[in-house]
Amino acid sequence: MKKSRIWRSVLLGINTLMLHKLRSMLTMLGVVFGVASVIAMLAVGEGASKDALEQIRKLGSNNIILSSQKPVEEESGGSMRSPFSVSMYGLTYDDETRAMETFSRIRTTAPAKIVRKEGRLGTRTLDLRLVGTTADWFRLVKREMIAGRTLLPSDVDQKAAVVVLTEYGARRLLATRQAVGQSLRLGGEYFQVIGIVRSEGGEGSSVQTPDQQVDAYLPITVARERYGDVVSIRTSGSFIRERVELHQLIVEVENTDHVETVAAGLEQMLKTFHPKGDYRISVPLALLKQAEATKRTFNIVLGSIAGISLLVGGIGIMNIMLASVTERTREIGVRRAIGAKKRQIITQFLIETMVLSTLGGMIGIAIGVAIPALITYFADMATVVTSYSLLLSVGISMSVGLIFGLYPAKRAADLDPIIALRHE
Amino acid sequence: MSKTDGAFVQAETGLHEVVRLEDVTKVYVMGTNEVHALAGVNLAIHQGSFWAIMGSSGSGKSTMLNLLGCLDRPTSGRYYLEGHDVSRLSDDELSEFRLKHLGFIFQSFNLIAQLTVRENIELPLFYLGWDPEDSKQRAAELAEMVGLGERLNHRPSELSGGQQQRVAIARALANDPSILLADEPTGNLDSVTSEQIMDLLGQLHDQGKTIIMVTHEPDIATYAPNCVHMRDGLIDRITENGRTLEGVR
Ligand SMILES: Nc1ncnc2c1ncn2[C@@H]1O[C@H](COP(=O)(O)OP(=O)(O)OP(=O)(O)O)[C@@H](O)[C@H]1O
Ligand SMILES: [Mg+2]
Repeated sequence: MKKSRIWRSVLLGINTLMLHKLRSMLTMLGVVFGVASVIAMLAVGEGASKDALEQIRKLGSNNIILSSQKPVEEESGGSMRSPFSVSMYGLTYDDETRAMETFSRIRTTAPAKIVRKEGRLGTRTLDLRLVGTTADWFRLVKREMIAGRTLLPSDVDQKAAVVVLTEYGARRLLATRQAVGQSLRLGGEYFQVIGIVRSEGGEGSSVQTPDQQVDAYLPITVARERYGDVVSIRTSGSFIRERVELHQLIVEVENTDHVETVAAGLEQMLKTFHPKGDYRISVPLALLKQAEATKRTFNIVLGSIAGISLLVGGIGIMNIMLASVTERTREIGVRRAIGAKKRQIITQFLIETMVLSTLGGMIGIAIGVAIPALITYFADMATVVTSYSLLLSVGISMSVGLIFGLYPAKRAADLDPIIALRHE
Repeated sequence: MSKTDGAFVQAETGLHEVVRLEDVTKVYVMGTNEVHALAGVNLAIHQGSFWAIMGSSGSGKSTMLNLLGCLDRPTSGRYYLEGHDVSRLSDDELSEFRLKHLGFIFQSFNLIAQLTVRENIELPLFYLGWDPEDSKQRAAELAEMVGLGERLNHRPSELSGGQQQRVAIARALANDPSILLADEPTGNLDSVTSEQIMDLLGQLHDQGKTIIMVTHEPDIATYAPNCVHMRDGLIDRITENGRTLEGVR
């Protein structure tokens, strides 16, 4: 009984609103745009930050990434030095051992030594970036296996001539899954392909990991033995010879809580042993926190803009409902004379505003979902419509109806029936 | 101001009192000015009677009808409706009384524009919480009774004034009220239509409805066997079944 009465009130409300279609539509517009902008802006914001966050998260929130960096002075003075001089910089094997020994909170370290070589498989060749590393590397960077296996500690210990390709590299070399087990020639040496991992494409993150698409991973012991630590780079007629022991070192800390202290300690340690400043330290966790803070700020700004537009929408509804109450004073008088209680008049008007705002909210949701889709389609920007933003919008539009409908409804109910009946 | 027992004289019908006003006053305070719209009224109305309230403009007719209709509370005095003292009830309680015991007919019909004839007639039943099917049926019967059985799905704007007033009468009857209250029911109608409406009210009276009607026009007042003449917020004279009581105060 009670339920059917409310349902009938809703139908009556819709009926009444349909009497003034244009006016009702215009009244709804504020909420429509408010809700649409909430959803669209959150979707764009979410989409923009999602990739960045994802990328940073992939680097591992427990990890600290140390990389070698060519010191600035050396770079500028390069052309004046003898063609046979060797510039030495970067992380050393000692750094790794020292870090391990100094900080008890460090669980593992995974070194990376990078050499560029041409790879040949059958008749195809491809310039590869050889990454000499250890078994732990794959666990720390969370690379997905596609076929075969990754490096094992035994490969490193026994200096096995094995290599793991990326999916992209494998495809360029016309290798399929069956490539596992085949021989790949790197420079003058033959290596057995033991596995293929998923490529990590995606630049744009401020952190560079040797995760480029043409990586080939081999045991660091092998890389060191076969290619040594000195690399020759040909630049405009002269050779630059560099000696870099490790290009990168990923340090895994036991626990997220200790990442920042260990990072600070490492920084201190590197500063002492590398006065040239030929290293870089990046902490994904710090970046993550920063990115998340940025996202929060972004959301607050968007939220405020959307909030203001919804407020304006709500005021629009209230304004029209107040006009409607005045216009329908007689009707209110008649209903009261017939025996409607104040509460029932309030319900009637509240239902009308809530129908308006909820309908506006639903249209707003439709538009708000369409806009990000169009942005993605035309501007090729990632957008993510979260279900929480939809729920939020429904909630907000209904509360806008409730809050801004209450006052006009109260005004209507408080009219003196006699005066209301006499109203022209 | 003393109460004359004569005010309650009533033909020996044996029917109970639906309305009893005792020393009812209504004072409107306008700044420092006091308007005594009702200055002490005593009146008893028995079940099944048909009353006209007459008097010059500003004599307090509408004020009295509003009080009788539980739309307002007296400043002092007592009003018994169906034996209940309703002079001090809360707004909600008055609403409840109107819903259960009263039906209103207005000069300007006051149908709700966005509702159909049927929905207008159903309105009191909606607030009474009737089942939709039952109220549909009741609305159809009432529309039939006032001669508008064919117009159930029309909107008020598609009806003539007389037809609208018939719908209003049907609506006022929907809750089977103890009293039908009408403030100038023919005020907006031409004489032919007025006659038809008054005939309808006459029929309702014949069927036993208690009717109280405010009017300016003596012609209209003749449809009612009883008449209260008001002057300056007081009952000047009462004509009851042809007998006139002068200066009832
Ligand atoms: N809400 C009010 N506030 C102040 N004074 C009022 C109010 N309502 C009525 N009055 C005064 O009370 C007196 C009686 O008014 P009422 O409306 O009852 O007259 P009436 O007999 O119905 O007149 P009419 O025939 O013109 O309708 C008038 O003097 C009027 O000005
Ligand atoms: Mg009047």
